[in-house]
Amino acid sequence: MALLQIAEPGQSAEPHKHRLAVGIDLGTTNSLVATVRNGIAVCLADEAGRSMLPSIVRYHADGRVEVGHTAAAAHATDPKNTIMSVKRFMGRGLKDVSHVESTPYDFVDAGGMVRLRTVQGVKTPVEISAEILKVLGARAEASLGGPLTGAVITVPAYFDDAQRQATKDAAKLAGLNVLRLLNEPTAAAVAYGLDNASEGVYAIYDLGGGTFDLSILKLSRGIFEVLATNGDAALGGDDFDHRLFCWVLDKAAIEPPTSDDSRRLLMKAREAKELLTASEEAPIRAKLSSGEEVNLVVTREEFAAMTQHLIAKTMTPMRKVLRDADLDPEDIKGVVMVGGATRMPHVQRAVAEFFGQEPLTNLDPDKVVALGAAIQANVLAGNRKDDDEWLLLDVIPLSLGLETMGGLTEKVVPRNSTLPIARAQEFTTFKDGQTAMAFHVVQGERELVKDCRSLARFELRGIPPMVAGAARIRVAFQVDADGLLSVSAREMSSGVEASVLVKPSYGLTDDEIAGMLKEGVEHVGDDMHARALREQQVEAERVIEATTHALEQDGALLDADERAAIEAAIAALKQLVTGDDPRAVKKGIEALARATDEFAARRMDNSIRSALAGHKVDEIQV
Amino acid sequence: MSVTLSTNAAKHVSEFMAKRGKGVGIRLGVKTSGCSGMAYRLEFVDEMHDEDLIFESHGVKVIVDPQSLAYLDGTELDFVREGLNEGFKFNNPNVKDACGCGESFNV
Repeated sequence: MALLQIAEPGQSAEPHKHRLAVGIDLGTTNSLVATVRNGIAVCLADEAGRSMLPSIVRYHADGRVEVGHTAAAAHATDPKNTIMSVKRFMGRGLKDVSHVESTPYDFVDAGGMVRLRTVQGVKTPVEISAEILKVLGARAEASLGGPLTGAVITVPAYFDDAQRQATKDAAKLAGLNVLRLLNEPTAAAVAYGLDNASEGVYAIYDLGGGTFDLSILKLSRGIFEVLATNGDAALGGDDFDHRLFCWVLDKAAIEPPTSDDSRRLLMKAREAKELLTASEEAPIRAKLSSGEEVNLVVTREEFAAMTQHLIAKTMTPMRKVLRDADLDPEDIKGVVMVGGATRMPHVQRAVAEFFGQEPLTNLDPDKVVALGAAIQANVLAGNRKDDDEWLLLDVIPLSLGLETMGGLTEKVVPRNSTLPIARAQEFTTFKDGQTAMAFHVVQGERELVKDCRSLARFELRGIPPMVAGAARIRVAFQVDADGLLSVSAREMSSGVEASVLVKPSYGLTDDEIAGMLKEGVEHVGDDMHARALREQQVEAERVIEATTHALEQDGALLDADERAAIEAAIAALKQLVTGDDPRAVKKGIEALARATDEFAARRMDNSIRSALAGHKVDEIQV
Repeated sequence: MSVTLSTNAAKHVSEFMAKRGKGVGIRLGVKTSGCSGMAYRLEFVDEMHDEDLIFESHGVKVIVDPQSLAYLDGTELDFVREGLNEGFKFNNPNVKDACGCGESFNV
């Protein structure tokens, strides 16, 4: 018979109507699945009692697919078909993948998302991730005794549209119904029950196997709001292992090691790192393929010293995120530690020093994200009907905007806006009789489009012909709770519409986001100058265009001298436009305006005369 | 008349109650629904009703309403593990037949 769980008062499910929902932490190094049972979030373990599933997939020649611990064991013998850290490749193109040469995989660059050639054919990161999700899903169904209603899957706060979409696709492929993608730091805050705290601002320091994320969450009346996020996509516990590994090579004077030796020593380095959490020193012993023996001891102090620069790398995003949120370290009410790497004592010490308080570490840092996701899944599946149903608000990591004339960025949704969000802005036509408009959706903080990332392009056709500036085109940006963007444009008088769902083949990498943010700050001065120049250039082109048009139409109103003066002013302005001094261009525009004052007045008189011709005065409505 | 918990069930209930941080005990009950007529209820109790009957089993308060007791008399609630799955099971001597899944039964 089915086994029952204890429900909250008055909330026993009807028979056959249990809504089984799970939270999944799809990690770079390890993945977990959790659920709320008997009112408590718990991680679900496999037959051997292990909660963590190594995020490793091995493809066998006979069609079998192995996931987790057994696959991990084969990493040394069958590296090409044993895929580790596939999360790093999710939604990314080959050029986004750092250190391609240091991975053993056979990459296929087919444009769009990177693919890996295995013994079972070419696989996308989405398919590989789906294998991990399938195992977790099956484990959950076996543990809960029924089919799952849905799952909440966590993603790094920095995941862009393409990476989030790839994660959703992987879940779909694994047969899971995604209730919501949830940012990992937000899940951690939920796990710590910070939603029960009265009010306050919290920092989530997440140093996982391969990624570092820092988020500032604000809680008020049980509502979460992510004030700001920052991080480093290429920093994690693996880098600490690697640093220790390099130290071993150096100490033992090993010439370029064979790949077998590398793997063995890297594993030993990781074990030593884990030992150093509890003890002051750790041995590193290994026998190399040459028969040579490595026999070293590393102390906690030595390890702290050799990895100090990695910890320092987490400090820059911490300062930046506080600046973004306009806060000082002492404004932070609590600091949550997430990710196995935060077990390292010198990491905890550095964080405690920075914020001037001891971080929260009482939940297992490997499990907090999955536990929080489970709690959220339980709410979304409708298992909690009481009044404490809360909202989770996340933010977009980089501003979203449109390209406007002259290659300038018009930001429509500013960075760190809370999700879901809808923002609209009106644009207009640039030329008389313009019937189509091209939209270029970009993401980034820089003023010029060429410095931002292109997300999508689409066109709005069928705008009724009108004079320049008369059309009203409303462009709406909508970002859903999963962080996926759709953009639509609508001409208000005719109602013609066009839209695009932004699903780029691959989007920004976290490194790029971090880099772009940095550039945005560094180039504020340059950008302002470039923007001012482009604005003046666009204005100059518009004035030249309008004047030339007027000369063609009403040139007869001018005598030869007057005409020559205007043409000279146009030529002068055309010359100035090619320069790089916005003030000079502005002066040129003003000069042309003065030169055409009289012409404009005559044209006005002329058009009034022609409008009035043939009418009696009393027919004209004033 | 009585309703009891197995030692294992009592141990787990105490644990869950401690982690939940509130509540006076658990409620066992039946309601009319499901494919075989009746279904079990198993819930935490924060507030008791006047007519509720209270049984104490291995230090845990088991609360049952009088209507349900007629169907539950003699029941022992057990905590079992079946493969990866674990949870509570009603060992109810009154049950004549149950639906395949056992979530719904008839007396």
